[in-house]
Amino acid sequence: MKKVLIIGATSAIAEATARLWANAGHQLYLLARDEQKLITIAQDLKIRGAAQVDYAAADFDQTMKHAKLIQQSLSSLHTFDYVLIAHGYLPAAHISDHNIPLALASFHTNAVSTLSFIHFIIQQFKQQKYGTLAVITSVAGDRGRQSNPIYAAAKAAVSVFLQGLQHQFYRSNIHIIDIKPGFVDTPMTAEFKKGLLWAQPETIGQGIAQVFQQPKNCIYLPQFWRYIMLIIRWLPDFILHRTKL
Amino acid sequence: MVFLSGWGHYPIIAADLSRPAHLASIRQQLNNSASIIGQGHQRSYGDSALAQHMIRMTTFDRLLDFNPKTGVLICEAGISLQQLLAIFVPRGWFLPITPGTSYISMGGAIASDIHGKNHHLKGCFSECLYSFSLMIASGDILECSRTQNAELFYATCGGMGLTGIILTAHIQLKAIQSAWITETQYSAHHLNDLLDLFEAHHQATYSVAWIDTLAQGTQLGRSILMLGEHSAIGSLTLAKKNNRTLPINLPIWVLNRYSISAFNQYYFYQGKTTTQPRQVPYQTFFYPLDTIQHWYRLYGKNGFIQYQFVVPKAAGRTALTHILTTIHQYQQYPFLSVLKAFGPANQNYLSFPMEGYTLALDFKLNNTLLPLLDILDAMVLSYGGRLYLAKDARMSETTFKNSYPEWEKFQRVRHQWQAHTRFNSVQSRRIGL
Ligand SMILES: Cc1cc2nc3c(=O)[nH]c(=O)nc-3n(C[C@H](O)[C@H](O)[C@H](O)COP(=O)(O)OP(=O)(O)OC[C@H]3O[C@@H](n4cnc5c(N)ncnc54)[C@H](O)[C@@H]3O)c2cc1C
Ligand SMILES: NC(=O)c1ccc[n+]([C@@H]2O[C@H](COP(=O)([O-])OP(=O)(O)OC[C@H]3O[C@@H](n4cnc5c(N)ncnc54)[C@H](OP(=O)(O)O)[C@@H]3O)[C@@H](O)[C@H]2O)c1
Repeated sequence: MKKVLIIGATSAIAEATARLWANAGHQLYLLARDEQKLITIAQDLKIRGAAQVDYAAADFDQTMKHAKLIQQSLSSLHTFDYVLIAHGYLPAAHISDHNIPLALASFHTNAVSTLSFIHFIIQQFKQQKYGTLAVITSVAGDRGRQSNPIYAAAKAAVSVFLQGLQHQFYRSNIHIIDIKPGFVDTPMTAEFKKGLLWAQPETIGQGIAQVFQQPKNCIYLPQFWRYIMLIIRWLPDFILHRTKL
Repeated sequence: MVFLSGWGHYPIIAADLSRPAHLASIRQQLNNSASIIGQGHQRSYGDSALAQHMIRMTTFDRLLDFNPKTGVLICEAGISLQQLLAIFVPRGWFLPITPGTSYISMGGAIASDIHGKNHHLKGCFSECLYSFSLMIASGDILECSRTQNAELFYATCGGMGLTGIILTAHIQLKAIQSAWITETQYSAHHLNDLLDLFEAHHQATYSVAWIDTLAQGTQLGRSILMLGEHSAIGSLTLAKKNNRTLPINLPIWVLNRYSISAFNQYYFYQGKTTTQPRQVPYQTFFYPLDTIQHWYRLYGKNGFIQYQFVVPKAAGRTALTHILTTIHQYQQYPFLSVLKAFGPANQNYLSFPMEGYTLALDFKLNNTLLPLLDILDAMVLSYGGRLYLAKDARMSETTFKNSYPEWEKFQRVRHQWQAHTRFNSVQSRRIGL
């Protein structure tokens, strides 16, 4: 049985992952801001087979509360075997391009609050001398493009930070994983037209649960996005800038 | 705006589809339109789950309470039966009533008051339903059971989503010892033999027959009857199987009378060789088509219609013979044809089953089909029968109102709760509700 902390547990992708962990009989601690949804999800995961499920609700934007949230999770789990950070906020591009407070608020949620949590987790991992942390960033962070640059910048900031940690903990029992999903059909993207490239959260959840068992530095989910992003990263500016990507 | 259809790919409409994650957003949407309909996994064949504003409930797929001693479960309405079975079969629990596919939602099971291969003994889905919660037109949420808001309960079970949005269900599961089914097959050389077999095996827990609708004359109604019992041996867990998918729509000509005949011959050949009882996993017995995802693509891109009717027992032989011969005369060749015996009807206003026989025929859509189906409607009604709303894409208002005697009661309950000002589907408008 693993002791698992899920930050942003009401996210569709996190929930799909949590179900697999519940089914495997792990003990879970859930953090998210919507208490009503947390209660329902906790109940569901318990019935699906989780050894124990506890939770706490808070708005992650208030980073000064993070220390206490981590403390609460630790007093329930005692140790962190797995930690998944999943929360995120995708502002509508046409709004965040003009609305500066909103753009910065989204950066705060996607980057600052995430980095804050990561610091606390790493402190605990160092004490334990082991642990696996996975953070959901995005393929969007691989290259700045005209659509939603502030979201991409926040995701890129987290990815670069994770790279640094991977370097620090090279050859230790501490594993840091960057998870980069492509398009996923979740409430975050409810307004988008869906096409062939879209995946269901269950598919992404399977990929995440799997990578915890065999940690890698960075995975794309579904995996074909590795190749799509390879091309996009290598496109020369003068070509990329003529596209609507 | 999306293009959407039911399982039969007919009709296709352009409309708004939302997949809310919060109750508040469902409530909000109720103010936006007078043509709203709740939707599950779109396994209904026709237009019952289609409307200008469709609210897909599949995000609401959580388990809320389970008592492992009694098998009483409360869950959200968007969970699929397939998910439920994957969780509960290994723990020794099964759904008391289950249809021919596991990919339907709890909400869809209630809204169509579905029947299974055990209807002759156990009735419709509502028999295992204690209560459900329903968001009505005002946005309020009501708990409905046979004792609380009873009229809404009877209207919603089988009510095709026309009373509100079903949010949660409180149901009874059934204890099993094994995930396996003991299946016995009998071949019948004629419709008369088949109906005799149904009578003789009335006590079998599950029964269903596949009919070769191409056979005529002395072979009319040639069929294989499949009986099933929950097995006492074998484990509760099964090895995972890979689903096979049909990747593209096959050209229309693939389904002509010769290929269908070949399919049926093959099927009969298989059937004839296995009359000894055999052990099969529950999925193989209940959901033979679920292993082939997107099998409807066999019908090509024009789509198809499943014509499912029921005729009262007394009229059974005559009616079925009459209808099968008429189909022959019109040279329409159904691909899959399934016959079942129904037990008595229940109290729900629009539930489909009545004591008698139900036949489901899958027809590829073409120009001559629709006139034939109108003729069949008249025949079915003349024998005192009716058509299943969950499969219907075309019946007329008159046909509906002449064959569902409680439709006015149903409509009165809708008016009482203002449901008619919000919940209207393409189907409900067509049949005059
Ligand atoms: C291969 C196959 C085999 C089948 N076999 C059988 C069978 O043996 N017996 C049988 O009875 N049926 C059978 N069916 C039909 C199927 O069980 C019904 O059509 C069922 O209602 C589909 O459920 P769904 O979740 O896909 O709902 P949808 O198709 O999305 O909707 C069906 C109806 O339910 C309503 N609805 C769905 N969810 C809600 C909700 N949350 N709140 C309010 N209304 C809602 C919709 O408005 C619509 O009227 C079969 C279908 C297929 C494809
Ligand atoms: N969907 C995609 O296409 C896609 C693609 C690449 C990456 N991602 C990333 O995947 C992760 C999961 O998203 P998802 O697709 O599963 O979408 P989702 O279901 O909408 O999940 C987003 C979650 O973030 C939470 N959240 C947002 N702001 C918060 C805050 N200030 N405090 C606490 N929680 C907050 C939301 O909480 P509420 O439930 O309370 O709103 C929600 O649970 C995100 O990091 C996202 O950026 C998604």
